Amino acid sequence: MFELPALGWQSIVIFVVFALSLLIATYCTYAERVIAAFLQDRVGPDRAGPYGLLQPLADAVKMFTKEEFFPGGANKVLFVVGPCLAMITALMSSAVIPFGNTMSFGNNLFFLQGIEVNIGMLWIFGVVSLGVYGVMIGGWASNNKFSLLGAVRAASQNISYELAMGMSLIAVLMISGTLSLREITLQQSVAGEWQLWNIVKQPIGFIIFLVCAFAETNRTPFDLPECETELVGGYHTEYSSMKLGLYLFSEYVNIFVVSAVMSVLYFGGFNFPFQYELRDWFVSSQGWELASAQNLITLLGTVGLFAKIFAFIFFFMWIRWTLPRFRYDQLMRLGWTILIPLAVFNIVLTGALILFGVI
Amino acid sequence: MHPLFLFLSFVALLSALGVVFAKNPVHSVLFLILTFFSLSGHYLLLNAQFLAAVNIIVYAGAIMVLFLFVIMFLNLNVETEPHKPALAKIAAAVAGGSLLLILVAALKDVLPTGVATGTPFNSQIGMVDQLGLKLYTDFLLPFELASVLFLIAMVGAVMLGKREAGERNF
Repeated sequence: MFELPALGWQSIVIFVVFALSLLIATYCTYAERVIAAFLQDRVGPDRAGPYGLLQPLADAVKMFTKEEFFPGGANKVLFVVGPCLAMITALMSSAVIPFGNTMSFGNNLFFLQGIEVNIGMLWIFGVVSLGVYGVMIGGWASNNKFSLLGAVRAASQNISYELAMGMSLIAVLMISGTLSLREITLQQSVAGEWQLWNIVKQPIGFIIFLVCAFAETNRTPFDLPECETELVGGYHTEYSSMKLGLYLFSEYVNIFVVSAVMSVLYFGGFNFPFQYELRDWFVSSQGWELASAQNLITLLGTVGLFAKIFAFIFFFMWIRWTLPRFRYDQLMRLGWTILIPLAVFNIVLTGALILFGVI
Repeated sequence: MHPLFLFLSFVALLSALGVVFAKNPVHSVLFLILTFFSLSGHYLLLNAQFLAAVNIIVYAGAIMVLFLFVIMFLNLNVETEPHKPALAKIAAAVAGGSLLLILVAALKDVLPTGVATGTPFNSQIGMVDQLGLKLYTDFLLPFELASVLFLIAMVGAVMLGKREAGERNF
């Protein structure tokens, strides 16, 4: 058996998660076109490679070889910093997501997770709230009124929906009693007990979180910062070449991360139904060791988590090609006068249900 | 001293100076955000994870976004602020200087915990559960009063955002 120091293992996990985020974001651009084509009864990309699978590669070549353009009067430093910040903040939050249970080799236990901290949920929330800086700085530095309007819209939209998102997270925190995402996942499935996923205990909270996730990732029907019918291209009007690519790319990384967070918080994370029964069946009927059966269950759980994530990513794209965009005042009214009171009501309801011992 | 501590202090001081000396107000705000990040790093070195995360969420994530929002509207094309009168500059220097004096006077007798007083340093004091226990036992009344204040502020914000009867905003 090979041995790894704990930090070495963690850096491998972080590297794999980083590579996977980029790979998934790359193929999200392909999936978006295929799903759009499917929903609009078109053919979609099918020229580059078999089934158009090399389309993201062609896009990347196009992005890299386009002219790099700096608008006159733009703040050069911040114009470059903007897209970099958007990408950095998008990639940071996946560090604390538990992508799997423990793997054991010999006497060593490894977590399939970048960093296990007891403030995981706060970390996610903090990094998500920083995501708006890339858009704001880029939009301001472009020295263009449409970019500035897009940046200002992004800021006010982000702040408004953060409140409701935070309060829906508080309700999850109340029933779980911990901020660690790993603990929250483990609580959603206990061996020998009939334990339900958090979606059953927090249906209102999940819907609030889902709506806020759409707003925080600037996806239709809340993509007002880049609303092309009003603002040309919104905050990225002046951007070209790979700087524009980074903005578009960070949106897909954000979708991947927020899908992972929703799967972990509400849909049981790496748990799947009857996992303990399956493990015991391998041990008792097939004569496996407990450790190797557990490793197999962990790997199956990771596959299950990614299936949940892909289902959410599909949902994001499905919504985008189905619903029209909101008007800006409708967006603000939904956030402040519907979602926030609903989130407060959800907290009170959760508190009452805990008090009377229902959940 | 810990090399990370030195690095974070260096960044904090440099970006704090940048806040004051930057000509462009947007640059000032960005330097202030960097200062908050290095302060959060200090909290992490003190093993106060909760404080570090909340500092980033509240200050860097919310308040500074609002600052940037307002300043982007105010100084769209003006590169430099108009010069303040000399009296205002002197008053600001005196006020800042006396604050510095008070801080130095207050902190000069402070000893690190566990050096001379004999109190053992509890490394877990900054953890979420410890902090929560402290807040909900020893400081329950002030904590609850502060949360009621925040709730009132939030209700007020929603009231301001509500549409008046017969009003059209677009």
